[in-house]
Amino acid sequence: MNRYLPLSILALAILAFATLMLVIAPGIQINARPAPEGLRPYTEAEARGREVYVSLGCLYCHSQQPRSGDQAPDGERGWGRPSVAEDYAYDQPHQLGTMRTGPDLLNVSARLPSEGWHLTHLYQPRAIFDWSIMPSYPYLFDHKDTAGPGDVVVALPAAHAPADGVIVASQKALDLTAYLVALDRTYPAPTNGLRDHGYGSSEGPEPTPAEEAR
Amino acid sequence: MPITLGLMLALSFVVSLAALAFLIWAISNRQITVDQGDAETIFADGEQGRIDNQGTEAGDAERRHVFDPVAAGIDAVSARPVIILLGTATVWLVLGSIFGLVASMKLHLPDWLNQSAPLTFGRMRTLHLNLVIYGWLSLSGLASVMWIIPRIFHVPLKSPRLVLIGAVLWNIAVALGGLAIASGWTDGEEWLEIPWQIDMLLAAAGACFIAPLVRTARARDVHHIYVSGWYFLAAILWFPVLFIVANIPGLYSGVEEATVNWWFAHNVLGLWLTPLGVGTAYYLIPKIIGRPIYSYAVSLLGFWGLALFYSQVGIHHLIGGPVPTWVVTLSVVHSVMMFLPVIAVAINQHVTVAQNLWALKESVPLRFISFGALMYTMASFQGSIEALRSVNSITHFTHYTVAHAHLGAYAFVSIVMFGAAYYILPRATGRAFPWPGLLKAHFWLVTIGFAVYFFSLTIGGVLQGLAMLDATRPFSESVELMKPYLEARSIGGSLMTLGHLVFAVNLLGLAFYAPRHTQAPVAAE
Repeated sequence: MNRYLPLSILALAILAFATLMLVIAPGIQINARPAPEGLRPYTEAEARGREVYVSLGCLYCHSQQPRSGDQAPDGERGWGRPSVAEDYAYDQPHQLGTMRTGPDLLNVSARLPSEGWHLTHLYQPRAIFDWSIMPSYPYLFDHKDTAGPGDVVVALPAAHAPADGVIVASQKALDLTAYLVALDRTYPAPTNGLRDHGYGSSEGPEPTPAEEAR
Repeated sequence: MPITLGLMLALSFVVSLAALAFLIWAISNRQITVDQGDAETIFADGEQGRIDNQGTEAGDAERRHVFDPVAAGIDAVSARPVIILLGTATVWLVLGSIFGLVASMKLHLPDWLNQSAPLTFGRMRTLHLNLVIYGWLSLSGLASVMWIIPRIFHVPLKSPRLVLIGAVLWNIAVALGGLAIASGWTDGEEWLEIPWQIDMLLAAAGACFIAPLVRTARARDVHHIYVSGWYFLAAILWFPVLFIVANIPGLYSGVEEATVNWWFAHNVLGLWLTPLGVGTAYYLIPKIIGRPIYSYAVSLLGFWGLALFYSQVGIHHLIGGPVPTWVVTLSVVHSVMMFLPVIAVAINQHVTVAQNLWALKESVPLRFISFGALMYTMASFQGSIEALRSVNSITHFTHYTVAHAHLGAYAFVSIVMFGAAYYILPRATGRAFPWPGLLKAHFWLVTIGFAVYFFSLTIGGVLQGLAMLDATRPFSESVELMKPYLEARSIGGSLMTLGHLVFAVNLLGLAFYAPRHTQAPVAAE
């Protein structure tokens, strides 16, 4: 191989082909699917909370993509039905995640709907689970002598409560909690939802190309 | 819009196979002339059969070296940009390692350093990744490219000042990116956290690196482009395309964004860091030993195989996820196909080293580079197996993946770059390392540290994955059983970080305490 131009063109052509296969084709396929009826866009508070979730890097320990029962017992753990591409119609940036240092959170609200629980858990996870290795987020809360009007006081066991005064949630903590209690995609999956059926599927066979076209 | 999925999959296979068939035809018909003689083009007269270990060994001054005035004139031009790239890369390595170590310790000391948001695990980990990828690995890799490209093309580096401007801009962009991440301003996807506004500065800096390299390549004074050149010239085109396409703001959302994310993230490894590491090893292993690589024709298969198969493996990060089955399967198949190019590289590099084991005693840089090359083979084999659906069910979402990522990016690319820095810097400065024993200390600290790191996370990761797959065991078990392995990882990580400090000390020693080399081939400008 002695020539620069053919080398460059072929190298770029191969990358373009990979981009077609991994980016463009799946993108067209995914974008053709409408948002499911059960899914609503985030409210303003939830969207702000999602920004907090993104900026603190929750993604690096929590996935948002329950697997199917054919592959893993995610459903039995209460993490929800296998998610489909349509479930993420309003997510930007996506937070699918690749790590489960902590549990999957796509449907965390379905099993933990209490705002108070999440505030306590964010302030000090070990106030609830002594085995947890999740960071605590004390800077999302304020330490006050007494709670003012409208303040949300965090319930804490004696071991983790301050010696005097109360812990109240900041706006960021309230927004983040609003996002967490909105994470519930347990509505019925759209028929022929788009996902990796490579482990077999309890929901019936993969749609054929012809069905897909319709 | 009717997308016929099976057809897409079949098309990919057919194109890949057709390209391979074309390649075999081209080689057998000498359309692409590659013969064993071309492998010897990297040597000047009299260099073959001699170890090239200037400046890194004790008692080095008495050894005779071949003086190549052509190479010396070429090196003199590349010297300053390369020194600056390597020096600043090392700063990011040390910072990135410290952030990595802090992140590692936070996983078993969760209430440590928790008083402000920049210190939280999610940001420390992200700082670690971005500083070592964009700061350390990209800059040290580019240093290696800037050094090797002019040498194999027999022309001095064109526009060396533009490279200096690029280095300044790139370092500013990495620093700004780090500050953005620490303050919580992020694009929010793994490997793409640096905000796109700062990415534009990175792209501008990248252009300042690429233009001089393309100009140098076009002005080359050789008939044959040596194998390292194929990898480097392709990588400097691939990376900008990947980087710009993946960072276009607002274009992608939802699961589509996830496929873009992993197309990008795995190609940063496959089409950027890997070619930098493999290309460097392809030049330095034979150069140091003084013998050409074992089978030059096979290297061609390795290169095009890498381009064809590595570019499509990204979606194996989403196995079992909400993405179309066919695209997952496509990536799994290509992951397995990676055995081919990896074996091709392995035949060349490992056999060349194995036939000349004596040289490992003579040259510490060679020790780093051949260890790194071996780890490339290991990381790729592991990656191909890890992409199999059955294996992935266990290892996905666990620390096993973290160990694998470090086998590739650290034990392979970083360690090759350590060796390259130790080879290049004495020649670029005309000095010898003042404390050769510390080079060996560096080697043993990072290899032993890495072994502790890798085996603890690999074993722990498998146990974690098995625990998560067993519905009768509560999730908490998968967390608790990991703790001793996470502590062991911190010990390994500490040794690695200590090794990086020794590396920095060696570079400072070369800068401030080094005896001038008696036969300095390069007069610093």
